[in-house]
Amino acid sequence: MRRGLARLTFVDLFLWGFRLLVILLVLYGTAGTLRGGRYSAEQWFDFVIFGLAQGGIYALIALGYTMVYGILRMINFAHGEVFMSGAFTAYFLAIGLGGSGVLDRRPLVGLALVLALAVTVSTAVALLVERVAYRPLRRAPRLVPLITAIGASFFLQYTFRGLYGAGIKAYPEIALFAGEIGVGGFTVLRTQAVVLVTAALMMVALYLFVMRTRTGKAMRAVAEDKDTAALMGIDVDRIIVVTFALGGAAAGVAGILYALVFKQVHFFMGFIPGIKAFTAAVLGGIGNIPGAMLGGMFLGVVESVGPALFLDGLGIVAPYQLKDVIAFTMLVMVLIFRPSGILGERLAGKRA
Amino acid sequence: MRGAVSVGLLSGAVAVYLALVGVVEQLHARLVLVEPVRLSLGQVALFLVGLGGAVAAARRAKGGSAAALGGALAGVSAGAVLSALVLAGPPLNIRAMFVNASPPLFALVTLGRGHAGVPTVLALWGILGAAAGVAVRLPARLRRPLAWGAVAVLLLSVFQELVQLILQASEHTEGVTSLLFTPDSPTPGAAVAVFVVTAGLNALWRARGAEVRRRAGALSPGGRRTLRLVGPAAAVVAALLLPVVGGAFVSQVLVIVGLFTLMGLGLNLEVGFAGLLDLGFVAFFAIGAYTVGLLTSVGNLGIAQMSFWAALPVAVVVALVAGVILGIPVLGIRGDYLAIATLGFGEIVRLLVLSDFLRPWLGGSQGLLDIPKPVFAGVELVGPEHLFYVTLAFSAVVAYVAWRLQDSRLGRVWMAIREDEDVAEALGVDLVSAKLLAYGLGAAFAGVGGAIFAVMLGSVFPHSFQLLISINVLALIIVGGLGSLPGVIVGALALVGLPELLREFGEFRFLVYGALLVVMMLLRPEGLWPAAEQRRELREHVEAGEPSAEEAGGRHPAGEPAGG
Repeated sequence: MRRGLARLTFVDLFLWGFRLLVILLVLYGTAGTLRGGRYSAEQWFDFVIFGLAQGGIYALIALGYTMVYGILRMINFAHGEVFMSGAFTAYFLAIGLGGSGVLDRRPLVGLALVLALAVTVSTAVALLVERVAYRPLRRAPRLVPLITAIGASFFLQYTFRGLYGAGIKAYPEIALFAGEIGVGGFTVLRTQAVVLVTAALMMVALYLFVMRTRTGKAMRAVAEDKDTAALMGIDVDRIIVVTFALGGAAAGVAGILYALVFKQVHFFMGFIPGIKAFTAAVLGGIGNIPGAMLGGMFLGVVESVGPALFLDGLGIVAPYQLKDVIAFTMLVMVLIFRPSGILGERLAGKRA
Repeated sequence: MRGAVSVGLLSGAVAVYLALVGVVEQLHARLVLVEPVRLSLGQVALFLVGLGGAVAAARRAKGGSAAALGGALAGVSAGAVLSALVLAGPPLNIRAMFVNASPPLFALVTLGRGHAGVPTVLALWGILGAAAGVAVRLPARLRRPLAWGAVAVLLLSVFQELVQLILQASEHTEGVTSLLFTPDSPTPGAAVAVFVVTAGLNALWRARGAEVRRRAGALSPGGRRTLRLVGPAAAVVAALLLPVVGGAFVSQVLVIVGLFTLMGLGLNLEVGFAGLLDLGFVAFFAIGAYTVGLLTSVGNLGIAQMSFWAALPVAVVVALVAGVILGIPVLGIRGDYLAIATLGFGEIVRLLVLSDFLRPWLGGSQGLLDIPKPVFAGVELVGPEHLFYVTLAFSAVVAYVAWRLQDSRLGRVWMAIREDEDVAEALGVDLVSAKLLAYGLGAAFAGVGGAIFAVMLGSVFPHSFQLLISINVLALIIVGGLGSLPGVIVGALALVGLPELLREFGEFRFLVYGALLVVMMLLRPEGLWPAAEQRRELREHVEAGEPSAEEAGGRHPAGEPAGG
C-alpha cells in the first residue's frame, strides 16, 4: 500500500483529476437535465433510435479500421475517404434513377444498384490505397505508413472535390422509406429502421465470414502472427487485400446508409465519421470485430443522447454544437484510460 | 512494345485524371507562349505527363531506334486515351458527373479543333513521344542543358506575374517588362533568351564545374571558411532585402512563410526530434493568437488592452503551459494512437472556441476583432514589410533555440525516445519530463507564430485554425526533412510560399500536399534537406531489399507484386 502510494506520481494525480472531473460533469449535468424534466420519454426514445442508426453506420466503418489494424497494426487513416468515395459516386446514379422514376417504381432494385455501385467504388478505392500507399511500406518505420495514410486521405478528399465539385449534393428521397412505423407505442422513422436492419445484417454477415470461412480463418491467422501464417502456407498479401476489400465494402454500405439518414453527401463527409468510427473501433477493442459493432452503437447513442442528457443540464447554450466534442472527448479518454477497449484487444503479444 | 503501350496508357490515364480533377483547366489560364503558337500551361502539363510516359518507355527499350519507337508508341497511346475522353465525353454527358469535363477542357486538349483535331493530337503526341525517346538517348552533356533550359522557360511563365511585379516596382527596370512580357505571356524573344542563357550556363558548369570545385578545394583553410560563409551571408542579405525588392505582396507571402516556419520548428521538435506525432498542433497556434487577441484587443472582448510586446511573452507562456497540460494525458500513448489523440484534442479546442457556449468570452464564429498593430520605437508596424522583419527576427531566435536544443543533452534524450522509448527509459531517461518539454517548447514556438498571426490579421477567427493547418505544417516538415532545421525553411518556402505566390492554383493545394506526403514517403522519406541520421535510418529499409522506388510508385504495372 505504502509503495503504491509512493509510486503515485503527479501525472497519475492529474489523470485521476481529469477522470473525476469528466465523471462529475456528466453526473451533474444528467441530474440537472432529469430534474428539469425538459424532454419527454418519446424524445429520449427518438434520441436513442437515432443514436443506434448512426451508431450502426459508425460500426460498419469501424469494421474496416479494426480488421486492418488487427492485421497490419496501422491506422488506415484514409478509410473515412473510402466511405465517402462510394456514397459520393453513387449519388450520380441515384439522381439518374430518381429522375427516370426507377427509385419510385422499383425502389428496391434501384437501391440495390446504388448500393452495388457504392460498394464497388469504395472497395476499388480501398484496394488502390493499399496497393499504392501501404504495400510498398510494409517494413518501414511505423510513422511512415501513418504519414502516407494521412496523405492518401487528403489526396482522396481533394480528388473527389475536384472531380465532383465542392458543393453539398442532396440525395434523392425514396418514397418507400418515407414516413414512420409504430413500435409498441413509439414511432420510428422508416429510414432509421432500414439502416438499423441493414447494418445489423451486414455485421452478422461479416462476422460469420471471418469466423466460419477458410479465408476468414486465414485472416485471423494472419492477424495473430503474419510470419507464422506465411509459413503455414497462407498467402499473406492476398489476405491483406481481402481484408481491405471487406473493409471497403462495409464502408460502401455505410456510405449509402449515411446518405439515407442524412440525405446529403459531400467531399468532406468522410472525415468526421472516419474519426468517430476509429473511436468506436478503439472503444470496442481494436482488432475485435464484435467490439467494433458494440463500440459503434455505444458511441452513436452517447453522441445522440449526450448533448440533451448532460450538456443541457450544465446550462450550456446550444449543446448540439458540442456533440462532436463529446465524441472526441470519448476518443481521447478511451485512448488514455483504456486503450484496450471495452471487450479487450484481440492483438497477440505486443500492443501499440 | 507491349510495355510501351501500357506505360503510355497509364500516363494517358494520369492526364485524364488531371483534366477531370480540374488541374489542367486551371493551368490553362496561364499562357506560356502566344506567338508563334498559343500554348497554355495546362497544355504543357498534359504534354509533360505524356512525355513522362514516353521517357519511361524509352528507358526500357534497347537501342536508339527502339527507344524512339517505344517513346512514340507510348505517346500515341497516351494521346489515344485523351482522345477517347474528348470523343466520348460530350455524347455521354459526363459533365453531369465530372464538373470539369467542360467544352473548354475538350477544346484545349484538341488545340481548339474539335473532333477534327483528334488525328492531330495523336500525331503530335506520337512525335513528342519519339522526340522524348531520342532525347533520352542523347549524351548527358546535351540532354541536361536542354532540360534545364526548358524548365527555366516554364518557370518564367509560371512566375510571370511575380517577375513583372518586381520589375515594375522600380523605374529603372520598368522598361524591361515590356521587353520580356506581352500582357499574357513571356515574349518569344524572352523565352528563347532565357532558354539559351540557362542552357549555356548549365553547359558551362558541366564543362568547368569540376575545375572550379577543385580550385575551391585547393584554397587555404581560411579561404575555404570565408567561402563557406558566403552562401549563408548572401541568404541573410537577400532575406533582409526581399521586402524592399518584392513589395507588399511578396512581403505578405513571406510573413506567412515565416509563421509556418515558426510552427514547423515547433512541430519538428515534437515529431522530428522526439518522434511524437502531433496532429492537434494548430491548437497551440490558436492559443497564441487568442491570447494576444484577448490581451491587446481594443474591441469589446479585449480584457487588458496591453501592447503587443507585453502580450507576446504571456502568449508564449500560455501556449507552453497548454502544451504541457495537453501533453500530460497523452504521455502514455504511443505512435498511431498518439496522433489520433492529439487530433482529438485539436478538434476539441477548435469546437469549443467556435461554440456559442464560449461566445461571451471568445466571440464564437465572429472571432476577436480590433487587434491593434504593434508599435516599435514609435513606428506602428502596419504593412506586411514591417511584419516581415518581426517574423524574421522571431524565426531567427526560435531557429537558434531549436538549433542549440538539437545537440544539447535534451535534444539527444529526445532522439533516444524517438528511436526506442523502452530502451531510453531503461537507460535512465526521464520520459515524463523529456516528453513534456517537447510538447511545451513545441507549443511555445507555435504560440509565437499565433501571436504574430493575430496582429497580422488584426482579428482572430476560429476557422483559421482547422486541422488542415496541422496537416500543412506536418507536410512541410516532412517534405523538408523530419528533424532537419534547414528542411523546415525549405519545406515552408516550397509548401507555403509557392502556393501563396500562385494563389490562382490554390484550390489544388491540399491535393498536391496529399500526393506529396505519399510520394515523399515512397521515394524520398528523408525529405528534401534531410538531417544526417534520419537519412541513414530511412534509407536502410529501402536498400535492404524493399521494393525499388519505381515499383513503389505503382507506375509500372509490369512490376511483380512486392513482397510483404
